[in-house]
Amino acid sequence: MLPKLFFGYFAFAIIVLSLLVITRRNPVHSVMWMLLLFFQIASMYLFLNAEFIAAIQVIVYAGAILVLFLFVVLLLNLREELLTNRFISAWPVGLVFAGAIFAGAVSAVAAFVPNFSGQYTVDVINRETHTKALGQALYTDFLFPFEIASLILLIAIIGAIVLAKKRMRS
Amino acid sequence: MTGLFEAIVGPGSLDYIINLVIMLIIILLKIAAVVAVALLHVAYATYFERKVIGHMQLRLGPREVGPLGLFQPFADGVKLFFKEDIIPADADKPLFYLAPVIFFISALTSLSVLPFFDGFAVANINIGLLFLFAMSSLGAYGIVLSGWSSNSKYAFLGGLRSASQVISYEIAMGLSLVGVMMMAGSLNLSDIVRAQQHYPLGLFAVPQFLGFFVFVVAAFAETNRLPFDLPEAESELVAGYFTEYSGFRFALFFLGEYTGMLIMSAIASLCFLGGWGLPSFVTAGLPVVAAKVLGLFWFLAKVYAFMFFYYWVRATLPRYRYDQLMAIGWKLLIPLALANIVITGLVKIWIKGMV
Repeated sequence: MLPKLFFGYFAFAIIVLSLLVITRRNPVHSVMWMLLLFFQIASMYLFLNAEFIAAIQVIVYAGAILVLFLFVVLLLNLREELLTNRFISAWPVGLVFAGAIFAGAVSAVAAFVPNFSGQYTVDVINRETHTKALGQALYTDFLFPFEIASLILLIAIIGAIVLAKKRMRS
Repeated sequence: MTGLFEAIVGPGSLDYIINLVIMLIIILLKIAAVVAVALLHVAYATYFERKVIGHMQLRLGPREVGPLGLFQPFADGVKLFFKEDIIPADADKPLFYLAPVIFFISALTSLSVLPFFDGFAVANINIGLLFLFAMSSLGAYGIVLSGWSSNSKYAFLGGLRSASQVISYEIAMGLSLVGVMMMAGSLNLSDIVRAQQHYPLGLFAVPQFLGFFVFVVAAFAETNRLPFDLPEAESELVAGYFTEYSGFRFALFFLGEYTGMLIMSAIASLCFLGGWGLPSFVTAGLPVVAAKVLGLFWFLAKVYAFMFFYYWVRATLPRYRYDQLMAIGWKLLIPLALANIVITGLVKIWIKGMV
Protein backbone atom coordinates (compact mmCIF):
# COMPACT_ATOMS: atom_id res chain seq x y z
CA MET A 1 0.00 0.00 0.00
CA LEU A 2 2.70 2.46 1.02
CA PRO A 3 4.80 2.00 -2.15
CA LYS A 4 1.66 2.53 -4.23
CA LEU A 5 0.90 5.73 -2.34
CA PHE A 6 4.39 7.01 -3.04
CA PHE A 7 4.19 6.05 -6.68
CA GLY A 8 0.81 7.75 -6.95
CA TYR A 9 2.25 10.93 -5.47
CA PHE A 10 5.21 10.97 -7.86
CA ALA A 11 3.10 10.19 -10.91
CA PHE A 12 0.59 12.90 -10.01
CA ALA A 13 3.32 15.47 -9.26
CA ILE A 14 5.16 14.70 -12.49
CA ILE A 15 2.02 15.14 -14.58
CA VAL A 16 1.00 18.37 -12.86
CA LEU A 17 4.51 19.82 -13.12
CA SER A 18 4.78 18.91 -16.81
CA LEU A 19 1.51 20.71 -17.47
CA LEU A 20 2.80 23.73 -15.55
CA VAL A 21 5.98 23.72 -17.63
CA ILE A 22 4.17 23.92 -20.95
CA THR A 23 1.45 26.37 -19.91
CA ARG A 24 3.47 29.14 -18.22
CA ARG A 25 3.67 32.35 -20.20
CA ASN A 26 7.05 33.35 -18.78
CA PRO A 27 9.70 30.95 -20.16
CA VAL A 28 11.96 31.44 -17.11
CA HIS A 29 9.14 30.26 -14.86
CA SER A 30 8.68 27.26 -17.15
CA VAL A 31 12.34 26.36 -16.65
CA MET A 32 11.93 26.57 -12.88
CA TRP A 33 8.93 24.24 -12.90
CA MET A 34 10.99 21.90 -15.06
CA LEU A 35 13.72 21.96 -12.42
CA LEU A 36 11.17 20.83 -9.84
CA LEU A 37 9.99 18.17 -12.30
CA PHE A 38 13.52 16.81 -12.65
CA PHE A 39 13.80 16.53 -8.90
CA GLN A 40 10.55 14.57 -8.77
CA ILE A 41 11.89 12.20 -11.42
CA ALA A 42 15.15 11.83 -9.48
CA SER A 43 13.18 10.98 -6.33
CA MET A 44 11.26 8.41 -8.34
CA TYR A 45 14.55 6.77 -9.32
CA LEU A 46 15.66 6.77 -5.67
CA PHE A 47 12.38 5.11 -4.83
CA LEU A 48 13.26 2.37 -7.35
CA ASN A 49 16.64 1.76 -5.62
CA ALA A 50 18.48 3.38 -8.53
CA GLU A 51 20.54 5.89 -6.58
CA PHE A 52 23.20 6.36 -9.25
CA ILE A 53 20.63 7.20 -11.93
CA ALA A 54 18.95 9.60 -9.51
CA ALA A 55 22.21 11.47 -8.88
CA ILE A 56 23.03 11.57 -12.59
CA GLN A 57 19.51 12.82 -13.34
CA VAL A 58 20.11 15.82 -11.07
CA ILE A 59 23.73 16.43 -12.10
CA VAL A 60 23.27 16.12 -15.86
CA TYR A 61 19.69 17.23 -16.47
CA ALA A 62 19.18 19.76 -13.68
CA GLY A 63 22.80 20.82 -13.31
CA ALA A 64 23.93 21.11 -16.92
CA ILE A 65 21.21 20.80 -19.57
CA LEU A 66 18.58 22.88 -17.81
CA VAL A 67 21.12 25.59 -17.01
CA LEU A 68 21.80 25.80 -20.75
CA PHE A 69 18.03 26.06 -21.37
CA LEU A 70 17.97 28.86 -18.82
CA PHE A 71 20.83 30.55 -20.61
CA VAL A 72 18.94 30.63 -23.90
CA VAL A 73 15.70 31.68 -22.28
CA LEU A 74 17.36 34.50 -20.35
CA LEU A 75 18.50 36.06 -23.62
CA LEU A 76 14.95 36.18 -25.06
CA ASN A 77 13.15 39.47 -25.16
CA LEU A 78 10.70 38.84 -22.38
CA ARG A 79 8.36 41.75 -23.18
CA GLU A 80 7.61 40.31 -26.63
CA GLU A 81 7.59 36.77 -25.35
CA LEU A 82 4.88 37.53 -22.79
CA LEU A 83 2.57 38.88 -25.52
CA THR A 84 2.88 35.99 -27.97
CA ASN A 85 0.69 32.90 -27.69
CA ARG A 86 2.05 30.03 -25.69
CA PHE A 87 1.12 27.47 -28.39
CA ILE A 88 1.41 27.59 -32.16
CA SER A 89 -1.85 27.35 -34.10
CA ALA A 90 -1.26 23.71 -35.05
CA TRP A 91 -1.33 22.49 -31.45
CA PRO A 92 -4.34 20.15 -31.93
CA VAL A 93 -2.22 18.08 -34.34
CA GLY A 94 0.44 17.72 -31.68
CA LEU A 95 -2.24 16.75 -29.18
CA VAL A 96 -3.49 13.99 -31.49
CA PHE A 97 0.02 12.62 -31.93
CA ALA A 98 0.71 12.77 -28.20
CA GLY A 99 -2.58 11.01 -27.53
CA ALA A 100 -1.74 8.29 -30.04
CA ILE A 101 1.66 7.70 -28.48
CA PHE A 102 0.08 7.61 -25.04
CA ALA A 103 -2.50 5.07 -26.20
CA GLY A 104 0.28 2.98 -27.73
CA ALA A 105 2.26 3.09 -24.48
CA VAL A 106 -0.78 2.13 -22.39
CA SER A 107 -1.59 -0.82 -24.62
CA ALA A 108 2.06 -1.91 -24.50
CA VAL A 109 2.13 -1.89 -20.69
CA ALA A 110 -0.23 -4.86 -20.56
CA ALA A 111 2.19 -6.88 -22.69
CA PHE A 112 5.22 -5.88 -20.61
CA VAL A 113 7.12 -8.77 -19.06
CA PRO A 114 10.10 -7.94 -16.83
CA ASN A 115 12.61 -10.18 -18.49
CA PHE A 116 16.31 -9.58 -18.01
CA SER A 117 17.37 -9.29 -14.40
CA GLY A 118 20.31 -11.70 -14.48
CA GLN A 119 22.16 -11.96 -11.19
CA TYR A 120 21.02 -8.52 -10.06
CA THR A 121 18.33 -8.82 -7.43
CA VAL A 122 17.53 -5.94 -5.05
CA ASP A 123 19.65 -7.57 -2.34
CA VAL A 124 22.67 -7.90 -4.60
CA ILE A 125 22.35 -4.27 -5.65
CA ASN A 126 22.03 -3.08 -2.06
CA ARG A 127 25.11 -5.06 -1.07
CA GLU A 128 27.25 -4.12 -4.07
CA THR A 129 25.93 -0.52 -4.27
CA HIS A 130 23.93 0.45 -7.31
CA THR A 131 26.82 2.35 -8.90
CA LYS A 132 29.06 -0.70 -8.94
CA ALA A 133 26.33 -3.04 -10.18
CA LEU A 134 25.40 -0.66 -12.99
CA GLY A 135 29.03 -0.16 -13.98
CA GLN A 136 29.69 -3.88 -14.10
CA ALA A 137 26.58 -4.55 -16.18
CA LEU A 138 27.39 -1.70 -18.58
CA TYR A 139 31.02 -2.64 -19.09
CA THR A 140 30.56 -6.40 -19.43
CA ASP A 141 27.16 -7.56 -20.69
CA PHE A 142 26.26 -4.34 -22.47
CA LEU A 143 29.66 -3.11 -23.58
CA PHE A 144 28.80 -3.01 -27.29
CA PRO A 145 25.61 -0.90 -27.07
CA PHE A 146 27.37 1.30 -24.52
CA GLU A 147 30.27 1.96 -26.90
CA ILE A 148 27.87 2.67 -29.77
CA ALA A 149 26.06 5.23 -27.61
CA SER A 150 29.33 6.95 -26.74
CA LEU A 151 30.37 6.94 -30.42
CA ILE A 152 27.10 8.69 -31.33
CA LEU A 153 27.78 11.32 -28.65
CA LEU A 154 31.33 11.77 -29.94
CA ILE A 155 30.02 12.34 -33.47
CA ALA A 156 27.61 14.96 -32.11
CA ILE A 157 30.47 16.75 -30.34
CA ILE A 158 32.66 16.75 -33.44
CA GLY A 159 29.71 17.93 -35.52
CA ALA A 160 29.14 20.87 -33.18
CA ILE A 161 32.81 21.85 -33.44
CA VAL A 162 32.74 21.62 -37.25
CA LEU A 163 29.64 23.82 -37.44
CA ALA A 164 31.17 26.42 -35.12
CA LYS A 165 34.46 26.44 -37.06
CA LYS A 166 32.68 26.97 -40.39
CA ARG A 167 30.86 30.00 -39.06
CA MET A 168 34.08 31.44 -37.64
CA ARG A 169 35.87 31.24 -40.99
CA SER A 170 33.16 32.94 -43.06
CA MET B 1 -7.25 4.04 14.61
CA THR B 2 -4.89 1.07 14.73
CA GLY B 3 -7.05 -0.70 12.15
CA LEU B 4 -6.74 2.17 9.71
CA PHE B 5 -3.03 2.28 10.34
CA GLU B 6 -2.53 -1.38 9.60
CA ALA B 7 -4.69 -1.11 6.50
CA ILE B 8 -2.29 1.47 5.13
CA VAL B 9 1.09 0.14 6.13
CA GLY B 10 0.45 -3.56 6.54
CA PRO B 11 -0.30 -5.66 9.66
CA GLY B 12 1.71 -5.64 12.88
CA SER B 13 3.85 -2.68 11.97
CA LEU B 14 2.95 -0.24 14.75
CA ASP B 15 6.26 -0.90 16.53
CA TYR B 16 8.00 -0.38 13.25
CA ILE B 17 6.30 2.99 12.85
CA ILE B 18 7.25 4.02 16.39
CA ASN B 19 10.87 3.10 15.70
CA LEU B 20 10.66 5.09 12.50
CA VAL B 21 9.40 8.16 14.37
CA ILE B 22 12.22 7.86 16.93
CA MET B 23 14.73 7.56 14.10
CA LEU B 24 13.21 10.62 12.45
CA ILE B 25 13.59 12.65 15.65
CA ILE B 26 17.22 11.58 15.99
CA ILE B 27 17.89 12.61 12.37
CA LEU B 28 16.21 15.97 12.94
CA LEU B 29 18.35 16.56 16.04
CA LYS B 30 21.46 15.65 14.05
CA ILE B 31 20.46 18.08 11.30
CA ALA B 32 19.82 20.86 13.82
CA ALA B 33 23.20 20.26 15.46
CA VAL B 34 25.10 20.19 12.15
CA VAL B 35 23.39 23.31 10.80
CA ALA B 36 23.90 25.26 14.03
CA VAL B 37 27.56 24.32 14.34
CA ALA B 38 28.21 24.90 10.63
CA LEU B 39 26.63 28.37 10.72
CA LEU B 40 28.73 29.26 13.75
CA HIS B 41 31.79 28.16 11.79
CA VAL B 42 30.61 30.22 8.83
CA ALA B 43 30.25 33.30 11.06
CA TYR B 44 33.79 32.88 12.34
CA ALA B 45 35.11 32.07 8.86
CA THR B 46 34.24 35.68 7.94
CA TYR B 47 36.04 36.98 11.03
CA PHE B 48 39.01 34.70 10.28
CA GLU B 49 39.12 36.02 6.72
CA ARG B 50 39.08 39.67 7.76
CA LYS B 51 41.79 39.11 10.34
CA VAL B 52 44.02 37.11 7.97
CA ILE B 53 43.68 39.52 5.08
CA GLY B 54 44.06 42.48 7.43
CA HIS B 55 47.37 41.22 8.72
CA MET B 56 48.55 40.29 5.22
CA GLN B 57 47.88 43.89 4.17
CA LEU B 58 49.53 45.31 7.32
CA ARG B 59 46.21 46.24 8.92
CA LEU B 60 44.71 44.92 12.12
CA GLY B 61 41.32 43.74 10.92
CA PRO B 62 38.21 43.95 13.14
CA ARG B 63 39.04 44.66 16.80
CA GLU B 64 36.36 46.97 18.21
CA VAL B 65 33.44 44.67 19.06
CA GLY B 66 34.33 42.52 22.04
CA PRO B 67 37.81 41.27 22.96
CA LEU B 68 39.99 41.14 19.80
CA GLY B 69 36.85 41.91 17.80
CA LEU B 70 35.52 38.41 18.46
CA PHE B 71 31.87 39.51 18.50
CA GLN B 72 32.13 41.20 15.10
CA PRO B 73 30.26 38.41 13.20
CA PHE B 74 27.27 38.76 15.55
CA ALA B 75 27.26 42.53 15.18
CA ASP B 76 27.28 42.08 11.40
CA GLY B 77 24.47 39.57 11.61
CA VAL B 78 22.30 41.88 13.73
CA LYS B 79 23.01 44.76 11.38
CA LEU B 80 22.01 42.75 8.30
CA PHE B 81 18.91 41.44 10.01
CA PHE B 82 17.56 44.90 10.83
CA LYS B 83 18.40 46.51 7.51
CA GLU B 84 15.60 47.61 5.21
CA ASP B 85 14.63 44.98 2.65
CA ILE B 86 14.53 46.73 -0.72
CA ILE B 87 13.03 45.04 -3.77
CA PRO B 88 13.46 46.63 -7.21
CA ALA B 89 10.14 47.79 -8.69
CA ASP B 90 10.51 45.79 -11.92
CA ALA B 91 11.89 42.66 -10.33
CA ASP B 92 10.33 39.28 -11.00
CA LYS B 93 9.18 38.94 -7.39
CA PRO B 94 8.69 35.18 -6.94
CA LEU B 95 12.09 34.41 -8.44
CA PHE B 96 13.69 37.33 -6.61
CA TYR B 97 12.50 35.80 -3.33
CA LEU B 98 13.41 32.28 -4.38
CA ALA B 99 16.97 32.87 -5.65
CA PRO B 100 18.81 33.45 -2.33
CA VAL B 101 16.87 30.60 -0.75
CA ILE B 102 17.94 28.15 -3.50
CA PHE B 103 21.53 29.31 -3.17
CA PHE B 104 21.62 28.95 0.61
CA ILE B 105 19.66 25.68 0.79
CA SER B 106 21.86 24.00 -1.81
CA ALA B 107 24.92 24.91 0.25
CA LEU B 108 23.34 23.70 3.51
CA THR B 109 22.04 20.45 1.98
CA SER B 110 25.59 19.51 1.03
CA LEU B 111 26.45 19.42 4.73
CA SER B 112 24.20 16.41 5.21
CA VAL B 113 26.55 13.91 3.55
CA LEU B 114 29.85 15.09 5.05
CA PRO B 115 31.31 12.68 7.61
CA PHE B 116 32.67 14.96 10.32
CA PHE B 117 34.27 12.14 12.25
CA ASP B 118 34.35 8.35 12.07
CA GLY B 119 30.78 7.12 11.78
CA PHE B 120 29.02 10.48 11.95
CA ALA B 121 27.24 11.90 8.95
CA VAL B 122 23.62 13.02 8.88
CA ALA B 123 23.12 10.76 5.87
CA ASN B 124 25.80 8.18 5.18
CA ILE B 125 24.78 7.45 1.60
CA ASN B 126 26.57 5.41 -1.07
CA ILE B 127 26.61 8.24 -3.59
CA GLY B 128 27.88 10.94 -1.22
CA LEU B 129 30.28 12.47 -3.71
CA LEU B 130 27.69 12.57 -6.50
CA PHE B 131 25.21 14.16 -4.11
CA LEU B 132 27.72 16.93 -3.44
CA PHE B 133 28.08 17.54 -7.20
CA ALA B 134 24.32 17.62 -7.61
CA MET B 135 23.88 20.19 -4.85
CA SER B 136 26.71 22.38 -6.05
CA SER B 137 25.18 22.45 -9.55
CA LEU B 138 21.87 23.47 -7.98
CA GLY B 139 23.60 26.49 -6.44
CA ALA B 140 24.11 27.87 -9.95
CA TYR B 141 20.34 28.39 -10.22
CA GLY B 142 20.36 30.73 -7.24
CA ILE B 143 23.03 32.85 -8.91
CA VAL B 144 21.51 32.92 -12.40
CA LEU B 145 18.01 33.62 -11.13
CA SER B 146 19.12 36.38 -8.80
CA GLY B 147 20.92 38.02 -11.69
CA TRP B 148 17.94 37.75 -14.01
CA SER B 149 15.10 38.51 -11.61
CA SER B 150 16.73 41.72 -10.31
CA ASN B 151 16.12 43.34 -13.70
CA SER B 152 19.43 45.18 -13.51
CA LYS B 153 22.22 45.17 -16.09
CA TYR B 154 25.02 44.62 -13.60
CA ALA B 155 23.26 41.80 -11.83
CA PHE B 156 22.34 40.17 -15.14
CA LEU B 157 25.91 40.26 -16.45
CA GLY B 158 27.15 38.86 -13.15
CA GLY B 159 24.59 36.06 -13.29
CA LEU B 160 25.48 35.09 -16.86
CA ARG B 161 29.18 35.12 -16.12
CA SER B 162 28.70 32.99 -13.08
CA ALA B 163 26.50 30.46 -14.84
CA SER B 164 29.01 29.79 -17.58
CA GLN B 165 31.87 29.73 -15.08
CA VAL B 166 30.19 27.30 -12.73
CA ILE B 167 29.13 24.94 -15.55
CA SER B 168 32.63 24.91 -17.05
CA TYR B 169 34.46 24.32 -13.80
CA GLU B 170 31.98 21.76 -12.55
CA ILE B 171 33.18 19.43 -15.32
CA ALA B 172 36.80 19.89 -14.30
CA MET B 173 35.94 19.34 -10.64
CA GLY B 174 33.93 16.23 -11.33
CA LEU B 175 36.68 14.76 -13.48
CA SER B 176 39.37 15.62 -10.93
CA LEU B 177 37.55 13.57 -8.30
CA VAL B 178 37.14 10.56 -10.60
CA GLY B 179 40.74 9.61 -9.81
CA VAL B 180 39.85 9.58 -6.11
CA MET B 181 36.78 7.46 -6.78
CA MET B 182 38.87 4.98 -8.75
CA MET B 183 41.50 4.68 -6.04
CA ALA B 184 38.93 4.34 -3.26
CA GLY B 185 36.57 2.16 -5.30
CA SER B 186 33.61 3.92 -3.75
CA LEU B 187 31.55 7.10 -3.84
CA ASN B 188 30.83 6.97 -0.13
CA LEU B 189 32.83 9.71 1.62
CA SER B 190 33.51 7.62 4.73
CA ASP B 191 34.84 4.79 2.56
CA ILE B 192 37.05 7.25 0.69
CA VAL B 193 38.58 8.43 3.97
CA ARG B 194 39.13 4.84 5.11
CA ALA B 195 40.68 3.87 1.78
CA GLN B 196 43.29 6.62 2.13
CA GLN B 197 44.78 5.09 5.26
CA HIS B 198 46.38 2.33 3.17
CA TYR B 199 48.36 4.87 1.18
CA PRO B 200 51.64 6.63 2.05
CA LEU B 201 51.06 9.49 4.53
CA GLY B 202 47.35 8.57 4.58
CA LEU B 203 46.70 11.03 1.77
CA PHE B 204 45.31 10.81 -1.74
CA ALA B 205 46.93 14.17 -2.43
CA VAL B 206 50.28 12.47 -3.04
CA PRO B 207 49.34 9.87 -5.70
CA GLN B 208 46.57 12.14 -7.00
CA PHE B 209 48.60 15.35 -7.12
CA LEU B 210 47.27 16.19 -10.61
CA GLY B 211 43.72 15.65 -9.49
CA PHE B 212 44.32 17.69 -6.36
CA PHE B 213 45.68 20.62 -8.35
CA VAL B 214 42.69 20.57 -10.72
CA PHE B 215 40.31 20.25 -7.78
CA VAL B 216 41.80 23.22 -5.92
CA VAL B 217 41.60 25.53 -8.95
CA ALA B 218 38.08 24.35 -9.77
CA ALA B 219 37.00 24.77 -6.15
CA PHE B 220 38.08 28.42 -6.25
CA ALA B 221 36.07 28.97 -9.43
CA GLU B 222 33.03 27.04 -8.17
CA THR B 223 32.72 29.23 -5.10
CA ASN B 224 33.30 32.45 -7.11
CA ARG B 225 36.32 33.38 -5.05
CA LEU B 226 39.41 35.30 -6.11
CA PRO B 227 41.21 34.96 -8.47
CA PHE B 228 38.02 33.83 -10.26
CA ASP B 229 35.46 36.15 -8.72
CA LEU B 230 34.39 37.69 -12.03
CA PRO B 231 30.66 37.22 -11.33
CA GLU B 232 30.97 39.76 -8.52
CA ALA B 233 33.88 41.82 -9.87
CA GLU B 234 33.28 45.01 -7.94
CA SER B 235 35.32 47.22 -10.25
CA GLU B 236 33.15 46.29 -13.27
CA LEU B 237 29.81 45.06 -12.01
CA VAL B 238 29.20 46.89 -8.67
CA ALA B 239 28.60 43.60 -6.82
CA GLY B 240 27.56 41.26 -9.62
CA TYR B 241 24.54 39.04 -9.25
CA PHE B 242 23.49 40.22 -5.79
CA THR B 243 23.76 43.95 -6.53
CA GLU B 244 20.03 44.54 -5.95
CA TYR B 245 19.78 42.50 -2.77
CA SER B 246 19.82 44.06 0.67
CA GLY B 247 19.27 43.15 4.27
CA PHE B 248 18.69 39.55 5.10
CA ARG B 249 18.36 38.38 1.50
CA PHE B 250 21.90 39.62 0.92
CA ALA B 251 22.96 37.83 4.08
CA LEU B 252 21.68 34.54 2.63
CA PHE B 253 24.01 34.95 -0.36
CA PHE B 254 26.85 35.87 1.96
CA LEU B 255 26.26 32.86 4.22
CA GLY B 256 25.78 30.60 1.21
CA GLU B 257 29.12 31.64 -0.25
CA TYR B 258 30.99 30.94 2.98
CA THR B 259 29.15 27.67 3.53
CA GLY B 260 30.16 26.73 -0.02
CA MET B 261 33.78 27.49 0.81
CA LEU B 262 33.59 25.38 3.97
CA ILE B 263 32.09 22.51 1.95
CA MET B 264 34.80 22.73 -0.71
CA SER B 265 37.42 22.73 2.05
CA ALA B 266 35.71 19.74 3.62
CA ILE B 267 35.70 17.86 0.28
CA ALA B 268 39.40 18.65 -0.16
CA SER B 269 40.06 17.44 3.36
CA LEU B 270 38.01 14.24 2.99
CA CYS B 271 38.98 13.24 -0.53
CA PHE B 272 42.59 14.34 -0.78
CA LEU B 273 43.97 15.15 2.67
CA GLY B 274 42.85 12.11 4.62
CA GLY B 275 39.85 13.60 6.47
CA TRP B 276 39.54 12.37 10.05
CA GLY B 277 41.82 9.39 9.39
CA LEU B 278 44.55 9.12 11.99
CA PRO B 279 47.56 6.81 11.78
CA SER B 280 46.93 3.59 13.69
CA PHE B 281 49.82 4.11 16.14
CA VAL B 282 48.06 7.25 17.41
CA THR B 283 44.61 5.71 17.82
CA ALA B 284 45.83 2.33 19.14
CA GLY B 285 46.19 3.37 22.78
CA LEU B 286 43.21 5.72 22.89
CA PRO B 287 39.62 4.98 23.94
CA VAL B 288 37.16 5.11 21.01
CA VAL B 289 35.56 8.42 22.02
CA ALA B 290 38.90 10.18 22.39
CA ALA B 291 40.02 8.86 19.00
CA LYS B 292 36.84 10.20 17.42
CA VAL B 293 37.21 13.63 19.04
CA LEU B 294 40.83 13.73 17.93
CA GLY B 295 39.71 12.75 14.42
CA LEU B 296 37.16 15.58 14.40
CA PHE B 297 39.81 18.13 15.35
CA TRP B 298 42.22 16.67 12.81
CA PHE B 299 39.51 17.06 10.14
CA LEU B 300 38.71 20.63 11.21
CA ALA B 301 42.40 21.56 11.22
CA LYS B 302 42.64 20.50 7.57
CA VAL B 303 39.43 22.35 6.70
CA TYR B 304 40.76 25.54 8.26
CA ALA B 305 44.15 25.13 6.61
CA PHE B 306 42.32 25.01 3.27
CA MET B 307 40.20 28.02 4.24
CA PHE B 308 43.39 29.87 5.09
CA PHE B 309 44.66 28.97 1.64
CA TYR B 310 41.52 30.56 0.15
CA TYR B 311 42.27 33.82 2.01
CA TRP B 312 45.96 33.68 1.24
CA VAL B 313 45.24 33.42 -2.50
CA ARG B 314 42.70 36.23 -2.24
CA ALA B 315 45.28 38.52 -0.65
CA THR B 316 47.96 37.56 -3.18
CA LEU B 317 46.62 37.11 -6.70
CA PRO B 318 44.90 39.59 -9.01
CA ARG B 319 41.70 38.71 -10.84
CA TYR B 320 41.86 36.85 -14.17
CA ARG B 321 40.29 38.15 -17.37
CA TYR B 322 37.14 36.35 -18.42
CA ASP B 323 38.59 34.75 -21.56
CA GLN B 324 41.60 33.62 -19.51
CA LEU B 325 39.25 32.05 -17.00
CA MET B 326 37.48 30.06 -19.71
CA ALA B 327 40.78 29.08 -21.35
CA ILE B 328 42.16 27.76 -18.05
CA GLY B 329 39.02 25.75 -17.44
CA TRP B 330 38.59 24.17 -20.86
CA LYS B 331 42.13 24.00 -22.25
CA LEU B 332 44.15 23.27 -19.15
CA LEU B 333 42.11 21.80 -16.31
CA ILE B 334 39.81 19.45 -18.23
CA PRO B 335 42.63 17.83 -20.29
CA LEU B 336 44.74 17.52 -17.13
CA ALA B 337 41.87 15.87 -15.27
CA LEU B 338 41.24 13.48 -18.17
CA ALA B 339 44.93 12.60 -18.31
CA ASN B 340 44.81 11.99 -14.57
CA ILE B 341 41.94 9.52 -15.00
CA VAL B 342 43.82 7.58 -17.69
CA ILE B 343 47.04 7.51 -15.67
CA THR B 344 45.25 6.41 -12.52
CA GLY B 345 43.49 3.62 -14.40
CA LEU B 346 46.72 2.40 -16.02
CA VAL B 347 48.62 2.45 -12.73
CA LYS B 348 45.79 0.59 -11.04
CA ILE B 349 45.86 -2.16 -13.69
CA TRP B 350 49.66 -2.27 -13.54
CA ILE B 351 49.68 -2.71 -9.74
CA LYS B 352 46.98 -5.39 -10.01
CA GLY B 353 49.13 -7.18 -12.57
CA MET B 354 52.13 -7.16 -10.22
CA VAL B 355 50.15 -8.56 -7.27
